[in-house]
Amino acid sequence: MNDRIEKRIEIKAPVSRVWRAITDYREFGEWFRVRLEGPFVEGQVSSGMITYPGYEYVKWEARVQKMEPEKMFSFTWGHVKAFDKETYSGDYSNAPTTLVEFRLEATKDGTLLTLTESGFEQLPADFRDEAFRRNDGGWSEQMKNIESHVAKSS
Amino acid sequence: MSPSLPSAGRRRIDHALVFAALGDETRLALIAKLAGGEPRSISQLTAGSKLTRQAITKHLRVLESAGVVRGVREGRESLFELDPRPIAGLRQYLESVSKQWDEALGRLKALVER
Repeated sequence: MNDRIEKRIEIKAPVSRVWRAITDYREFGEWFRVRLEGPFVEGQVSSGMITYPGYEYVKWEARVQKMEPEKMFSFTWGHVKAFDKETYSGDYSNAPTTLVEFRLEATKDGTLLTLTESGFEQLPADFRDEAFRRNDGGWSEQMKNIESHVAKSS
Repeated sequence: MSPSLPSAGRRRIDHALVFAALGDETRLALIAKLAGGEPRSISQLTAGSKLTRQAITKHLRVLESAGVVRGVREGRESLFELDPRPIAGLRQYLESVSKQWDEALGRLKALVER
């Protein structure tokens, strides 16, 4: 099983355009659905509020790691356990973080964007319990899932 | 397997350990054998493998310390069974984050291509 997420998408637009959509805080906010307070600056914390319908009470907080123009943009962000409105605290000070990286490459038709998110092994065990409270699939279903998952990754 | 598994699930299980435990082909094969839900003996788990009983036992201990597998006694025999929770929990969380990225990147693509 992988401890990271990796996505690769082809975008029919030049690298400069994709770079802007990822690193301009207003454009980022538009597709990510967050209202950021100001521009991304290397080494600084970016904050704002999620605009995704139903989750407007959720805070966005990330620390920009690297901005290599038209090549790479990365930030770390915290994961909190519960996003239920009643239990959500908005306190990320002790939250475990993962690293998000966007890499851009020019292709014949536009841009290849690779997104990775890594560091999930930092998350504490109670994330597991939380995931289970939301799961009503039952154990035999889980066994089957694990079987096919293991088969895929072995 | 029943949803009312004993308190083993309350043990602190470290995700790093779970990932490390899964990063090995022999251990993945052991998990696949145990994924049917039936507890198995070391002999059963060694059968069909090129590895020695000792080597298999060592791998089972790694899985046990990650909380992925637990030992159960049946008479004089020691059996091992899978605890699906650590793996399934991780998997589910990763999948939900992964799905959110798919949606967000889809919106990004739509935004720049329009």
